[in-house]
Amino acid sequence: MLDDFIHWLGATPVSGVIQKVFWIIPMVQTVHILAISVVLASMAMFDLRLLEVAGKRHSIASLARRFMPWLWGALIVLAVSGSILIVGEPKRALANGFFGLKMGMLAIAIIVTLGFLAMLKRDVASGAADLAPAHFNVARITGLVSLVLWAAIAVAGRLIAYTGG
Amino acid sequence: MFERCLHWIESTSPAIAISESSWLFPGIESVHVLAIALVVGSITMVDLRLLGINLRERPVGELSAEILPWTWASFAVAACSGALLFSSNATHYWGTVPFRAKMLLLVLAGLNMMVFHATTLRTVDVWGLGARTPLAAKISGGVSLGLWIGVVTLGRWIGFV
Repeated sequence: MLDDFIHWLGATPVSGVIQKVFWIIPMVQTVHILAISVVLASMAMFDLRLLEVAGKRHSIASLARRFMPWLWGALIVLAVSGSILIVGEPKRALANGFFGLKMGMLAIAIIVTLGFLAMLKRDVASGAADLAPAHFNVARITGLVSLVLWAAIAVAGRLIAYTGG
Repeated sequence: MFERCLHWIESTSPAIAISESSWLFPGIESVHVLAIALVVGSITMVDLRLLGINLRERPVGELSAEILPWTWASFAVAACSGALLFSSNATHYWGTVPFRAKMLLLVLAGLNMMVFHATTLRTVDVWGLGARTPLAAKISGGVSLGLWIGVVTLGRWIGFV
C-alpha cells in the first residue's frame, strides 16, 4: 500500500522534475532549514520564558502574541517545502522510521502548543493580567516538553538522511 | 605546508573517531543544525528590528542585550561542532567551493558586526528608542540577514558536493 503510493508518487512528472533539476532539492532544503530556525528560535524564547529562565520582564501573553504568528507562518513554509522534498524523494522520507517519528512528535508539539494557548486565552479572558498563577506549574512542564520536542523534531529530520529508505 | 596541516587534522583521534563511527557524524551534525538554527533565528529577530520591520516598540539596545547572549552561546556550539565535522574530512571540505564561500561569508558577517558596534551602535541610546531606525542600522541589519541566509545556503550545499 505505502510502497505502491511511493512508487506512484516517484513516477509523477512533478517528482521527475525535482529529481532531474539538481538545485531544487538543496534550495528547498535550505528554505526548510531557514524556516526551522524561525520555529526553533521563537519557541526557544517562548519556552525559556515558560521555564522562567529568560525574558521574565515580559508577560507570557505578550510573548505568545509576539512569537505565535512566526510559529504558524514558519510551519506553513515547512509543510510546503517538506512536501516538495517528499514528492522529489518519496522513498527517502515516507519509508523512513525517523520521518514517522518526526511527524508524530510534530503532532504532539502542535497539540501541546494549542492546548497551552487555549489555557492562556481562558485565563486572560477571565480577567487575569497574564497566565493565572495556578497554571505556572503547567507552564513550566509545557515549556520543557515543547523545548525538547522541537529540538527532537529537528534532529529526527536530519537523521532521515542517514537511515534506510 | 597547509596541505600537511589539513592531513594532520584528519589524523587526530577525534577526527578518526568521527570518520570511522556510523553515528558520531550524524549526531554532531544534528547539534550543528540545532545551534545554527538558534543563531540564525535569534539574529534575525535583531536584524528585523534594525530594519524597522519587527518589534518596533522595543528599544534596540534592550532587545540586543536580551537576545545576543543566546546568539553567541549558540554560535560557540555551532563553531565547535562545525570544527569537529570539518576535522573528519578536512582535505575534502577545504577543497570545495561552498565551504570556502561559507567561511568567507562568516568573516564578512563578523566584519559587518564589528563595524556596526564601532559606529552606529555607539549612539543606540539616541536612536534605539524610536520605531524608525537610521539608514546605517538598516544597512547593517539587511547585510547581516543576507549573509546569514547565505551561510545556511552554502552550509547545506556542502553536503551535495
